[in-house]
Amino acid sequence: MQLLTSILGFILLQVQQVPVPKDIPLPLPLPEWLLVFLLVVSFLVHILFINLMFGGTLLTLFFEILGYIKKNEEYDKLSLEIAKTTTVNKSMAVVMGVAPLLTINTLYTVYFYSANALTGLMWIMIIPLVTISFLLLYAHKYTYEILRNNKPLHISIVALAAALFLFIPLIFLTNVNLMIQPEKWLMVKGFLSALMLPNVWPRYFHFIFASLAVTGLFLFWWFSRKPYLYEESFKNLQKHDLQKRFYSITFFASVSQFLMGPIVLLTLPEKGITWTMILVILTGAAIALPALYYLWKEITGDEKLIGKKFPWIAGCLTVTVIFMGSGRHLYRAASLEGHQKLVKKKTEEYIKAVEEAQQEALHPKPDTSQKVLLSPGELVYANNCKACHDIHVKLVGPPFTEAAQIYKGNKPGLISWIKKPGKKREGPQMPAQDKLTNQELSDVADWILSLNK
Amino acid sequence: MDFPIFHLDFIGDRLLIAMIAILHVLINHGLAVGLVPIVAYMELIGLKHPEWDTLAYKIMFVGFIITTTVGALTGVGIWLSASLINPYSIGSLIRVFYGAWFVEWMVFVTEVILIMIYFLTWKKRKANQKPVDELITKGRHVMIGYFLAVFSWITMAIIVAILGFMMDPGNWNNDKQFWNGFANPMYVPQLTFRTFLAYTTGGVISLCLTMFFTKKDTEIRIKAVRFLSKWIFTFLPLTLIGGYWYYTMIPQGMTDNMSVALGTQQFQSYYDSLILILCGALGAVLVIVGVAYLYPKYTPHKLAFFIPVLLMFALLGYFERVREFIRKPYVIGGYMYSNAVRVSDYPLLNKDGILKHSSFVSTKKVTEENQVKAGKNVFLIACSRCHTTGGVNSLVTKFDDMYGNSGEPWNAGAMKAYISNMHMSRYFMPPFPGNDKEMEALIAYLKDLQFNPAPAEGAQTIGITTEQEITSTSNH
Repeated sequence: MQLLTSILGFILLQVQQVPVPKDIPLPLPLPEWLLVFLLVVSFLVHILFINLMFGGTLLTLFFEILGYIKKNEEYDKLSLEIAKTTTVNKSMAVVMGVAPLLTINTLYTVYFYSANALTGLMWIMIIPLVTISFLLLYAHKYTYEILRNNKPLHISIVALAAALFLFIPLIFLTNVNLMIQPEKWLMVKGFLSALMLPNVWPRYFHFIFASLAVTGLFLFWWFSRKPYLYEESFKNLQKHDLQKRFYSITFFASVSQFLMGPIVLLTLPEKGITWTMILVILTGAAIALPALYYLWKEITGDEKLIGKKFPWIAGCLTVTVIFMGSGRHLYRAASLEGHQKLVKKKTEEYIKAVEEAQQEALHPKPDTSQKVLLSPGELVYANNCKACHDIHVKLVGPPFTEAAQIYKGNKPGLISWIKKPGKKREGPQMPAQDKLTNQELSDVADWILSLNK
Repeated sequence: MDFPIFHLDFIGDRLLIAMIAILHVLINHGLAVGLVPIVAYMELIGLKHPEWDTLAYKIMFVGFIITTTVGALTGVGIWLSASLINPYSIGSLIRVFYGAWFVEWMVFVTEVILIMIYFLTWKKRKANQKPVDELITKGRHVMIGYFLAVFSWITMAIIVAILGFMMDPGNWNNDKQFWNGFANPMYVPQLTFRTFLAYTTGGVISLCLTMFFTKKDTEIRIKAVRFLSKWIFTFLPLTLIGGYWYYTMIPQGMTDNMSVALGTQQFQSYYDSLILILCGALGAVLVIVGVAYLYPKYTPHKLAFFIPVLLMFALLGYFERVREFIRKPYVIGGYMYSNAVRVSDYPLLNKDGILKHSSFVSTKKVTEENQVKAGKNVFLIACSRCHTTGGVNSLVTKFDDMYGNSGEPWNAGAMKAYISNMHMSRYFMPPFPGNDKEMEALIAYLKDLQFNPAPAEGAQTIGITTEQEITSTSNH
């Protein structure tokens, strides 16, 4: 018996370690599948611009340093051209982040907000940190000329922005990781401890490589565009060399994902892993293979033909990203499924209890305990004055026996004071009781003055 | 509210939202809604007089940098801070206003794209363009400026509907329809007021920037100052009229709070003088701008033009403070109190207690041993959205002031009488949501704080604990 109760106790203990809060008792504004669709799609658009902003800043920094070391002004120019795209992409990244933020708040209210609160200080630091990094990007972009002779300072500006950009994703990743693990909420004490949960760092490196892959491809297109008069801007830097360089960034980063991907998958808590999700992820990875093949062909191939397969490469990688984004959602949905059921049950029980209590309050049982019937004036006192006034002792305001003395034989004076009090003593001034009716005022004044006995 | 409780015990949670939100409103009204029509008009004049074009570009540069950094991020910051501090209310609002916010977002995306096109293509010229074609390109560019002005205004018009809805008591409970936000009697007056306020602020900011971007005694400065002064003279009186109209439309139940809203309760008697200060601020703006208009050659030092900007900012911030305060005791009119407890939850919570229905507390029930600890939990759930223990809007200071700062231990009976009835005379306070035992525990905690001050830390630093409900039966 003793053993059985301890086992039972242990099991209950395990259950206890996962807090099950109540959800907001309002229906979803749209069908769930539609919200999921909006979440996945809008998040991918958002993260695309985040990738471009992040990767663009790193490459701006890289080429400016390269230009400084090699004393080649054209690299400097190249870094400015990339910086110009980054300041646009960063604005798109922010505005495109609002839709997925709204949608995840709606779909995963309990999980998202709980994770936010548990890492709250760092979560709100996103605002000043991103603001500062954006201001640094502008400061950098508009001082290429002014700081031409002070390159170390100019490089430091963008380096600081890049350093902030390297840190900020950790805040988001810590949150999206923590939100799907309610069983870890009790262990977390602030941001740093949540950061150290398994899976945050692998996902971080996965994000960095993805950013480089996307940015390489974007910049390839940007500098290869027909309307972009490349030859007018660059004389030494060969277009073909640059194209190969951007392609190589994408190639290297994508190949690295074949290493990072499995690490992310292996460090994921097992509870959300399903065959469907694995299948979706592997399909996505398989579709990236032809893209890698064409990338290699174009990098090593004929100078004139470079870019011919670009639509194929971009197309395949886009499909890969859509599969990865869907897999990511499948994992989240599966890992929260069980907990969501518990939350739903608890919410329903709570609503039922609320409704019962409301009914009870509407039809109170006749109260036999209240033997003393209050006079109308005393009732006004009990409902309106009692918070600050006692009959015999000073609380916030003076005792009513004192008021009765002061206004002895002066009922209108007492009423006008209640309606519009002045300030006589220490402590807060009495608020005007202008919601009382004339009858109530008269009743309460009569009652106060009746204390003069 | 059933979430881990984020709490800042020094600056207070409200101040965090207020700082971010007011900064955002200043930038949105002053630089997005108010500035862009002025810049677009200046650029139009610039088609004939290039020096106007140069000035317009410089003013827009400031607007562009600030709106796309601080402006954009504080907008997101309102979401992030509100969801940290009152997730239950913001979560409820999103469930109902998802569609409205989605539309708002699409308008906002358009606004961001337009501002980037407008500013970043300002100086773009095609090579070897004929002067006529150049004029057409430039004319198109001015058009984009006007589109941007319209979209900035629409963004504001939608958000005002959402704000109006939240303040109109009853609407939320009757039918949770977004369109009621537009039909609500406060909508048009509030939008009118905000529009004129934004245009006045935009004018005042442009005037200040003109002082920095033009040289003394130049023709462009004199002309620009004249134009901007006229602009301000037009919209400043309209702002006053709009403000008065809005004030008269605020439902009766909300105006009752007005005297308290304008400053804290101690300042109630200064209400009249505050109104005077308000008129004084607008008057001062008029005088400075008037001097600039009448004596363009003898304008005061350019730093003096920061004064009207600061006065307009103070007025805007002040208005937002009042607007936020008159919502009380509700956060969502008639539906949810500012302590994030739904009105309909009260009967249950008064009976069972709030601790029993909270999933993230270390005490599920008040006992004799855990009274102070449980009281702290009650404080965090019921009071901490607006109050701190020893910082801004501190409960210790409140009770000290109420009981005369005598240094004597507060009287528990008096505190109980006060907390039970405070909502009767302090209209802005919600009723206490818990049961009797919990009120006593709260009082025990507060009395403990009176002599042993210690900050109440939120879940962001100390995490969460849940009470072990199982008591071991093995020692039977």
